[in-house]
Amino acid sequence: MSLQEELQGPPPAKLVVEHVSKWFQQKRQTVHALDDVSLEVAEGEFIVIVGPSGCGKSTLLDIIAGLEKPDKGRVMADNQPVLHPGRHRLVMFQESALFPWLNAFGNVMFGLKLKPGLRNSERREVAKFFLHLVGLKKFMQANVHELSGGMKQRVALARALAPNPRVLLMDEPFAALDAMTREQLYGDIQRIWEKRRKTIIFVTHNVREAACLADRVVIMSPTPGRIREVFEVSLPRPRDFNSIEIAEHASKLTAALKEYGAHAAATGS
Amino acid sequence: MRRTLLAILFFVALVAIWSALVRANIWSPILLPAPGQVAQYLAHAFQDGTLLTAAGVTLRRLLMGYAIGLTIGLPLGLLTASSKFVEDTIGVMALGLQTLPSVCWVPLALLWFGQTEGAMLFVVIMGTVWSVVIATDTGVRTIPPIYARAARTMGSKPLHKWIYVILPASLPFLVSGMKQGWAFAWRSLMAAEIYVTILTGFGLGHLLHYGRELNAMDQVIGIMLVIIFIGLLADKTLFSPWERFLHRRWGTGRT
Ligand SMILES: Nc1ncnc2c1ncn2[C@@H]1O[C@H](COP(=O)(O)OP(=O)(O)OP(=O)(O)O)[C@@H](O)[C@H]1O
Ligand SMILES: [Mg+2]
Repeated sequence: MSLQEELQGPPPAKLVVEHVSKWFQQKRQTVHALDDVSLEVAEGEFIVIVGPSGCGKSTLLDIIAGLEKPDKGRVMADNQPVLHPGRHRLVMFQESALFPWLNAFGNVMFGLKLKPGLRNSERREVAKFFLHLVGLKKFMQANVHELSGGMKQRVALARALAPNPRVLLMDEPFAALDAMTREQLYGDIQRIWEKRRKTIIFVTHNVREAACLADRVVIMSPTPGRIREVFEVSLPRPRDFNSIEIAEHASKLTAALKEYGAHAAATGS
Repeated sequence: MRRTLLAILFFVALVAIWSALVRANIWSPILLPAPGQVAQYLAHAFQDGTLLTAAGVTLRRLLMGYAIGLTIGLPLGLLTASSKFVEDTIGVMALGLQTLPSVCWVPLALLWFGQTEGAMLFVVIMGTVWSVVIATDTGVRTIPPIYARAARTMGSKPLHKWIYVILPASLPFLVSGMKQGWAFAWRSLMAAEIYVTILTGFGLGHLLHYGRELNAMDQVIGIMLVIIFIGLLADKTLFSPWERFLHRRWGTGRT
């Protein structure tokens, strides 16, 4: 595989979540985290999931990633059932999962080194390319603790993009960031997504963020976690976070969340 | 540079106070020899080779026992952290044995091995192993599970995960455990050497012991200084580089 092909990437994947249910056994009770969740995601589609805390968003991402097994139902990626985690579906976790014993470059290299069929010099090139892409060329050698919160998330993004996954699963990646950095990253994400066309599933509590990024917004409600409604957002891209159209869509989403009794939890964070 | 200077000044002052105390003649010079006398002993012992031989014997025992202790303790700690069965058996035993002051192994070692190098080695190993096991175990257990999950999504398989995620992630604990193991090994060896004479080699502990027998206070103090010096040297050469690395990478405070 040539370096050029490597940077172009494989075609995005098609995902089908089929009647997935999940229970968690906790000390005092059994939590019904997901109840008969079904979702079809087209190739290269940008799906945003919104819903109040505890409605099973992270659990759903874990199951799609293959980190958790569903108790019922299954997930198909390109007509293959998902049984384990796999390089084709990378996760950007809710909390920062960068490895503190590696510097920024080392973190991006971690996944690349696990990818066969590349020469080491090519891996280094790819890692540099992605750190460049997220605007951190100057911070390649920086240690994790020396990076700001936003820079950490950018490294995490570069680390998730570098092995060229077909699906990117992002769990509230920007929740901990200030508004300015976040808006900048919306721009980056859209730019990267346009350029590299991946299937993305993105979790957020922020309805504006959802309207700004999504092809479709999936609204979930808790106890048990269910999909309640799916909204199409057919605005042209790139979208401006502060535009009136986004605000209109966002208020529609808020109304829907309210209808499912989820408003307080969704905006309270 | 300024810190080194400060340290030097401090020790010079310490020696000056010591001299002043000797000159004040409060205690008999047999109980408190002058710094010059101690230096003379050290120079003499250095020249006739007793000091270097003894230090060599002691360090050989220490490094060998310590290395064996680490080789046993590290994997054992990884095992207790990853298997419930090993945790409930060996883990509990390690916890118990770690509380046992390592000098307590000396009588047992003597009965088992006689007055041999084996006995010395055994005491040092017992001093090292259990604290290394406990530290490794704690280290592995406190790793945020998110690291392993992230690694798995990137295609990390169990063996790869242990080598490239679990071990480096627990490095801060491993280093402090190794440091603690070293301290225990050092203490237990000194105790053993003072306590038992072993004909195959006289260590620093023996010199200390004979210093007392001969009422040679200059020897006692001189050897004590050498022991302190070796301890400091080990700290600075064996552990400080690791701690500096951890400090730089993790951003954690120096311990
Ligand atoms: N490993 C686990 N063990 C036990 N219960 C769990 C586990 N993971 C999740 N749960 C439970 O499953 C439910 C859904 O959790 P999940 O983390 O998926 O929610 P979420 O929608 O991501 O919430 P948030 O928006 O706060 O991140 C919660 O009630 C949680 O307590
Ligand atoms: Mg979550």
